[in-house]
Amino acid sequence: MRSIDIVLRCVSTSGFVLMLVLLDSLSATTDTRRSTYDDMSRDIRAMQDDDMANPASLWVNDGAALWSQPAGAAQMSCADCHGDAATSMKGVAARYPVFDAARGKPVGLEARINHCRKTRQQAPAFAPESRDLLALTAFVGRQSRGLPITTGDDPRLAPFVEAGRMIFERRQGQLNLSCAICHDHNAGKRLASALIPQAHPTGYPIYRLEWQSLGSLARRLRNCMAGMRAAPYATGSDEIVALELFLMARARGMATETPAVRP
Amino acid sequence: MARPIINVPAKARRGQVIEIKTLVSHVMETGYRHTETGERVPRDIITEFVCVYNDEEIFRATLSPAVAANPFITFHTLATESGKLTFRWTGDNGFSETGTATIEVE
Repeated sequence: MRSIDIVLRCVSTSGFVLMLVLLDSLSATTDTRRSTYDDMSRDIRAMQDDDMANPASLWVNDGAALWSQPAGAAQMSCADCHGDAATSMKGVAARYPVFDAARGKPVGLEARINHCRKTRQQAPAFAPESRDLLALTAFVGRQSRGLPITTGDDPRLAPFVEAGRMIFERRQGQLNLSCAICHDHNAGKRLASALIPQAHPTGYPIYRLEWQSLGSLARRLRNCMAGMRAAPYATGSDEIVALELFLMARARGMATETPAVRP
Repeated sequence: MARPIINVPAKARRGQVIEIKTLVSHVMETGYRHTETGERVPRDIITEFVCVYNDEEIFRATLSPAVAANPFITFHTLATESGKLTFRWTGDNGFSETGTATIEVE
């Protein structure tokens, strides 16, 4: 109601503001985006909601230990620079991938952690999908739980979001499918018994029951591509980061669920 | 490797039924899977879980290859007296993990 009052006061000065606010409220009521969480069974939702039952908590606890553990030639811990993660990392994962000015392209959270590890701690980078990397990513991500995703706010990211969209919509692989054919045009239907989700990466890294483990968004995307019988992009490649960026920007405003549980 | 996560109420009334929840990190490799080159992946599971409440064994479970990775075991018991609960998981390849929790019974 308050926004309407404001609009009425502004009408005399600018009809444009009125239009903007009306458009905004219109889009709010027609937001049909759904997190996969909304369509999961009650049991799996309960598993995600209870830290005690969520197996990803094992990784989060590992990540908390790594956070304050000195590493590398510098013998520095993450906490030495960043302090208490509960305050310093709040909302951080919700804005990744971010634009890295030095490299002139977007960088994902895993790559950012490894960059810190190499340059600040002077320690060898964690291998992709390694337990330690997943643990730190999950721990950092956990500090954003419940906060809205803000990825893509930076205008410098626009061309990379667009590149991600192109990949998302491009047919590829022996089955001649694009991501969009399932996740835009047939979301909500079923592929055999499995629900086709809208593909909003709200809770990565996720504990996937099928994997019996925690896994990154890159792993999930590569998994999907193998299913399409396409050659999966390498983890951390420009294409994977562009796809991650596009999907996160598309989920902007949705609540972060990290670490989520998925079937 | 992650420490087990154990949830026991910190306080309880004497005679109260309390819920105990445990979560332990383990791959629970069944022994029935094969690698891409056809070699069998050897079995690596937790075989036994025991809970001891002030020197008295109150719960024991035998685990099989059908149990999922990172077993979540939850059970109920009577809060009889203040003291310590000890949890022990043992398994293949000399796997052994312990955890403890204290409870105050009034």
